[in-house]
Amino acid sequence: METLKFDLDAKPLREVNQFLHGDASLLDGKSVVIENPNGAHNIAVGLKSDVHVTIKGHAGYYAAGMNQLAKVTIEGSAGSGVAENMMSGVVHVKGFASNAAAATANGGLLVIDGDAGLRTAIALKGADVVVGGSVGSFSAFMAQAGNLVILGDAGEGLGDSIYEAKIFVRGTVKSLGADCEEKTTSQEDRKILADLLAKAGHSDVNPDSFKQYGSARTLYHFHVDNAGAY
Amino acid sequence: MSDDKSKETVHKTPQTTPRYSATFDEYTNSEIRRAAATGIYDIRGSGSKRKLPHFDDLLFLGASVSRYPLEGYREKCGTDVILGTRHAKKPIHLKTPVTIAGMSFGSLSGPAKESLGRGATAAGTSTTTGDGGMTPEERGHSTTLVYQYLPSRYGMNPDDLRKADAIELVVGQGAKPGGGGMLLGQKITKRVAKMRCLPEGIDQRSSCRHPDWTGPDDLEIKIAEIREITDWEKPIYVKIGATRPYFDVALAVKAGADVVVLDGMQGGTAATQEVFIEHVGLPILSAIRPAVKALQDLGVYRNGKDSVQLIVSGGIRNGADVAKAIALGADAVAIGTAALIALGDNDPHLEEEYKKLGTTAGAYDDWHEGKDPAGITTQDPELMKRVDPIKAGHRLANYIAVMTMEAQVVARACGKSHLHNLEPEDLVALTIEASAMAQVPLAGTSWIPGVTKF
Repeated sequence: METLKFDLDAKPLREVNQFLHGDASLLDGKSVVIENPNGAHNIAVGLKSDVHVTIKGHAGYYAAGMNQLAKVTIEGSAGSGVAENMMSGVVHVKGFASNAAAATANGGLLVIDGDAGLRTAIALKGADVVVGGSVGSFSAFMAQAGNLVILGDAGEGLGDSIYEAKIFVRGTVKSLGADCEEKTTSQEDRKILADLLAKAGHSDVNPDSFKQYGSARTLYHFHVDNAGAY
Repeated sequence: MSDDKSKETVHKTPQTTPRYSATFDEYTNSEIRRAAATGIYDIRGSGSKRKLPHFDDLLFLGASVSRYPLEGYREKCGTDVILGTRHAKKPIHLKTPVTIAGMSFGSLSGPAKESLGRGATAAGTSTTTGDGGMTPEERGHSTTLVYQYLPSRYGMNPDDLRKADAIELVVGQGAKPGGGGMLLGQKITKRVAKMRCLPEGIDQRSSCRHPDWTGPDDLEIKIAEIREITDWEKPIYVKIGATRPYFDVALAVKAGADVVVLDGMQGGTAATQEVFIEHVGLPILSAIRPAVKALQDLGVYRNGKDSVQLIVSGGIRNGADVAKAIALGADAVAIGTAALIALGDNDPHLEEEYKKLGTTAGAYDDWHEGKDPAGITTQDPELMKRVDPIKAGHRLANYIAVMTMEAQVVARACGKSHLHNLEPEDLVALTIEASAMAQVPLAGTSWIPGVTKF
């Protein structure tokens, strides 16, 4: 497999991103390594082909934002909004992720090996997110669809105002947000969880060690009795 | 009989006529009764309905001996506008400064959105998507389409971002600065639900803040991300509701906006709490000058390629409003409510049907209920058939043409060869309030409250 290297110390990010937006027929199956990222923002955003990008270090905000098809590996940690609004593909953060990881992501898989910050998977719209460590407060806030798997603990207000997304937590939950409740895991959901654990490299983890959370659906229609919850 | 009558006249205490309280007026009392009965706040569409200082409180001086006018119909008076010159490889070039404001598919029917696209295209201007994403019909019928990037990100995807001609990052809107979108279950049909990734028929709650950025420093990185994704081709607008226009415009410019869209409280919404619409935000008249001052202070006001353009909206109704907004410093305006009226919203020919809904033509604002007899603010498949996109689009194009010509009439009378040559010095105010807000002298005086001494 052909590997192309870009050194962000030597080449402006604009040129690297422009290259990565090139014709899919030229990029599909190619491997691209980005060296010296040094926390730059907006690395490998808007990719739309089956290219494999490895970021050799830490990335700033919005790394792999709006990803389509591509596989992006961040060997360090990622700033806010990693894989935000991802449509498809796989983004793998080997370190930690800051706030709003996978915000509004519609599809694809985000794997974070370490911990993730506040509002992880906020307004999730169908993507899958697997966090090896713990997540901060207000994770899965208003999450609409998709799955958030947390191997560690969850902070305050987990799943506040959640719609139809599913949350699986192995550790403790500091508190649940408005309209979020514990659910019984169905066979179908257990399979979703087991598949995601396998895809994220956690085949050794027992799916039965998780608790599942989702919407109590009491806020789906405005009603005076719920005034305190809005 | 006559005896009784005279007795009555003598003894009867003279009565005063029934007197309504100015404080507890009929509407106020009806709202108290409504709240008491339901226990939930009133939700409605449209913008502020209260009387506000507005463009009607300004007059143009026109030319006479000290300056000469241009010949109507013969001497040129340009109307074109270029938006997004600062960073974008492909700025927007419009024939008229009247653009169509963001309104969603969901709040509006498919045929209504198509009509806006057709009308705007025929008039040589742009139209704008809204919460819930871009429909193929809308893209297909709009030569210049601005794609809104909203806090909810409903229906937001990078393919549509790339298909857009410009991107409008929405921080807020005039009807509800600090509030998010709202769409009630009646309008969350199968198609709308699918586009927004929501369960069908629920009352949609929308976030009021963007999920992945907070504050001006983050906004700068967010704008850079969108530029990177679209390879720096498209102008990026930042839309704000009028609250602290000087600081908000300055921060938007600093964050990298190519265009700032400033929306006053008269600007409409698909649905929000009445208390929000009427009590939060500023009338557009008071917001334009501080916004322009921010652009001037940052050296980006009408400064060639480095310019940041200003679009203002909220209560723009005719060519005089367009000319006044431009004279106060705007580069262009946006119309929403006025465009819907041009399509046929609140039309008197539907009076019987408005009556059945407990309202009257011109006052109908329960857009969130999705029962619009005009077929515009609805997702009802039968009602929306009443909108003929070709005819409605034609009406909108006519209306924009009239507004543009009216603005030219005023500009020529002031001796201007382009609408953009209009300036605050062409204006006076009829009221002290308008004089202070628009920072033009009270008519017949040289007094601007807060600027000059009486």
